[in-house]
Order: sequence, then structure tokens, then C-alpha cells
Amino acid sequence: MNTLETKAIEVTDLTVAYQEKPVLWDVDLDVPPGVLLAIVGPNGAGKTTLIKAILGLVRPAAGRVLIYEKPYPAQRRIVGYVPQRGSVDWDFPTNVLDVVMMGRYGNLGWIRRPGKAERELAMNALEKVGMQAYAERQISQLSGGQQQRVFLARALVQDATVYFMDEPFQGVDATTERAIVALLQELRANGKTVVVVHHDLQTVTDYFDWVMLLNIHRIASGPVEETFTSDNLRQTYGGRVAFMKN
Amino acid sequence: MAIHQLEIQLIAIVVAVACALPGVFLVLRRMTLMSDAISHAILPGIVLAFFLTESLSSPLLILAAAGTGVLTVLVVELLQRTKLVKADAAIGLTFPALFSIGVILISRFAGNVHLDMDAVLLGELAYAHLNRLEVFGINLGPVSLYVMGTILVLNLTFILLFYKELKVATFDASLAASLGFAPALIHYGLMTLVSITTVGAFDAVGSILVVALIAGPPATAYLITDSLARMLILSAILGSVNAVSGYWLAHLFDVSIAGAIATTTLLMFGIIFLGVPERGVIAIARRRHRQKLEFAQTMLVIHLLNHEGLPEAAQESQVSHLQEHLRWEGQFAAQIVRYALENRCVSQANGQLALTARGRGIAQEALVQ
Repeated sequence: MNTLETKAIEVTDLTVAYQEKPVLWDVDLDVPPGVLLAIVGPNGAGKTTLIKAILGLVRPAAGRVLIYEKPYPAQRRIVGYVPQRGSVDWDFPTNVLDVVMMGRYGNLGWIRRPGKAERELAMNALEKVGMQAYAERQISQLSGGQQQRVFLARALVQDATVYFMDEPFQGVDATTERAIVALLQELRANGKTVVVVHHDLQTVTDYFDWVMLLNIHRIASGPVEETFTSDNLRQTYGGRVAFMKN
Repeated sequence: MAIHQLEIQLIAIVVAVACALPGVFLVLRRMTLMSDAISHAILPGIVLAFFLTESLSSPLLILAAAGTGVLTVLVVELLQRTKLVKADAAIGLTFPALFSIGVILISRFAGNVHLDMDAVLLGELAYAHLNRLEVFGINLGPVSLYVMGTILVLNLTFILLFYKELKVATFDASLAASLGFAPALIHYGLMTLVSITTVGAFDAVGSILVVALIAGPPATAYLITDSLARMLILSAILGSVNAVSGYWLAHLFDVSIAGAIATTTLLMFGIIFLGVPERGVIAIARRRHRQKLEFAQTMLVIHLLNHEGLPEAAQESQVSHLQEHLRWEGQFAAQIVRYALENRCVSQANGQLALTARGRGIAQEALVQ
């Protein structure tokens, strides 16, 4: 599957509109396997919508999405998703281990319950994110960074080939951010493709090897060194980027 | 205890448990108001089906009413999706519209048939055992016990089969969707159950009190436990306890059984809300009070430590001067001194406070942090 010609993600002419107001206009995106891609762009650029449209969570007005040459519904098993941390109710009556096991639900399919095997996979994933001591902890008692690690562990147990993460660095401390970056780079080293909605322009070159600049239209996408130019950034942010002095 | 008393209590328990189980998911989805809407909006469905069958216990009645219930949910969500109306207003607009259609139908056409508004709104558990199921002349017990028993089994089966799906769709609908679990399907499945349960229960407790049975025990259980499975079990137990105690309360005061059960349901919530250890209102108030005392005690020992061995120490450590130095009210200062003395953080001689070894330790520890 990992031949050079195969694209991990292929988005063609994707348009999403909320009541006639376009949120994404005719977006194309090709992502080769094994890259760590940041989607950056100003607020309201459609970054989250792009991920949601790829995953079939919002219905596009036009366009096509392929994951390893097949439409998403056929590839659910190889796709992992980390929604924004704030999108769920952390007062839900459940514990950390249980949330992580939800990552296995897709493989289990309807009705079948998680068992010992799922529990072990979940514990392994928790160990990878340094949260094994919190397995029995009620989720409402977690800090923001811990919540994010739990979400990552949940994506890890999916054992996916392509990952989509919506702002995994939102509101986490520096230690957690470093831990998450290390994890993302490990995933890439294992041949996984990871797409991350990212906010912090300063860290793009350090963390990622690919970048997509998005502002309703796709401004550019490709390897960071070719794509992450002040010219492209100015186009994306409308000339309000001051830090790129070099 | 007469046999009919036992039957009434059994019906009450079955109704309470059947309502509490889907109620858990409504509470977690912040949708308990939807059950209120459904319980009212099913009226036109009931009335229309009643005109067709002329019976209040026909299965068609339940199906027609459940259909209206699901229709209510659909209309509310369609209104919401236009983004011109918020969720609560959408509910507030939809169910009175449907309910009023039911009321008009009854007042216009039901003059010569037996369909009593009071029975629809409040139910009458006391007579629920009178309508009996007879097969080949053999008396098999109250019809409503069979109706609600079937609904309870239906709810239990649905929740046991789709426990995992309900859990993930309730906690994280977008993950559920990305995994292919069709949260909309689960949502409408649950809403169909709520509608069926509400119709079944209206016969016993009426359409208004159904909401108490759906929201009360789950909201109470939510205060006690951190596990979804335990929340379901606890809700069922609490619902049963409320039902039986409500029955005997009604018996004691000779009042409406449904009203009494709703009352015990809310009493139970109140007791747990106030009294549950650690997160009840009383426990929180006590913890706050203790934290306040402990913080003040720390302030006191730090104050004493700062001036210990200095020339002004004699003046600074006078109990009567605490008001001035720490800006405490006289009564509060006395309370803190008493608290610190009890904890052996300070000792008192001739109106002067002195740090004990323990008090000094606490002060030093607080300053390091």
C-alpha cells in the first residue's frame, strides 16, 4: 500500500457551504504517505471543516475525498480521529480507560462489547502517552493536558494508518506539547500519515515536514521548506504576519 | 397487604424503571426537556388512535403516539437547524402546538366517548389494576403490567444490545460518526424508545409526571456515581424505591399515587443533593468552611512566625490585636484562635499567642510553597 505513487489522502475540488456561505471553496489536497502535515490558516479559514468534510462529518456541496484510493466509508478502519478536546462533556460518568477503549469500537463493530484484548491495547496506549497511572481516574478530574493525552491514546488504540487531529496543542502546557510532538513524530517514523490542525506558526518548521496553508481556498500545500514562505503566509493571513522577517 | 395493592406497586415499579433507563441517556445528553415535549406532544397521536380503536390500551394507540413523539423530535430539530430558533424555543414552540391539536380534538369530537383529559394528564394508578388481561376466561393480571412490562423489556434489550453505541454517541458524537456508528440513527432509536415509554407510562402516571420519572432518578444517580453502568443500575433502584415509598405515602395521606410518587422522586433527589458525601451541597459547604478556617489558621501562624523573637512580638501576638493586624472581625478572630488552639498550632498565655512546634512547621511549610 505504501508505494510512492499511492496518495494517503486525495481531496479534489472540495466545496463546503453553510447555507450558501462557502466555508471551503474548491479545495485540492494531495498528501503522500508518511508525512506529518500541519493545516494552518486564520480563524474561520475552514481548517476544522476540512477535516470534518474528509471524515464525512459534514456534507460537502461538491468534491471528492479518497483515503488510499477509496472513499472514506470504506477506509474507516485505517483512519483515526482526534476531535477538539472541548467538543465533549468531560463530566460524562466514565473513566480514562473506558474513553481510550472507545478507540477500539470501530474494529468491534455493532453490538460486540470490548473485552480483555481491548483493555490491554488501551493500557498500552495509555503507557505511550504517560497516563497509565490514571487509567481508573474519573475523566472530570483530568487537567487539559491530561485530557488531550487521553484523546491521543484513544486514537492510538485505533491503530490507524492515517490520523486527523484537531488542535491537539490547544491549551496544553509545554511538557505535554513536547510529549505530543514526540508521539506524532514517532507515528510518522512508523509510516503513518498525520494531519494536524495547527495554530502556532512559530513551531510549524520545527514540528512538521508538510504544511497546508488554508483560507477558504487552498493557498498552498507541500513540503514545509518549499511551501512555508512569507509570500504564501502573506496571502493566507492577508499581510498581517510580522514574525517572518528572514 | 391486599393483592391489588401489590399489583399497583408492581406496576409503579415497572413504570419507574422503564422510564429511568432511557432517562439516563436523556440526562447525559441534556435532553430531559425533550421528554417533557414528547409527553405532551403525543396527545394528538393518542386521540387519533383512540378514535380509530376506541380503546386506551390498544397497541395501535402506543404506536401512533410514539410516532407523534418522534415527529416532535424531528420538528424541534428541523426548527433548530434553520438557526433562526434556539433549542429551548424550538421545544417551547413545537409541543404546545401538537398538544393543542390534541386538546381541540378531544373537546370537539370526544364528547360522547370516554377519553378523560385528567386521565391523560395525571393518570390514575389506583385504577390501573382494574383493566385485566383475560385469555380464554382466565384472568392473567392487569393489562398495564403487561404493557409496561413489554416496554421495560424493550428498553432493557435496546440498552444492553447497544450499550457501547449509546455510550460513544452520547459522549462523543463526532467520534461515533467517524467510526461509522450513525449517531443520528442511535439518537432516533433512543427517541423512539422515550416516546413509546412515555405513552405506556401516561396510562399509569399521566403525561406530566412521566417527566419526573424520566429525569428524577437519573439526575439523582448522576450525583452519586461516576460510572455509566452504575448510573443505570442506581437509577433503576432509585426509581423502584421512589415508586414503592410514593405508593405508601399516597396510601397514608389518601392522595393521588402518581402525585405522591413524583413527590418522593423529588424528595429523594433533594436528600441526595444535600447529603451525598463529597459532592453534596452540605459536604461542599463543610469543606469550604474547613478550608476557610485552615487558610485563616495558616495566616495566623505565618503572622506569629514573622514577628517571633522580634521586639514587637509581644504586641503582635496579642489576641485582642488580631483584629487590627489581620483585619478580622472580633468573632472570626476568636473562632480562628480557638481552632488553632484545638489543632495545637498555637498556645495561649496571658492573652498572648505563641507558636507551638507544630504551628511553626505549618507556617514554614506554607511559606516555602
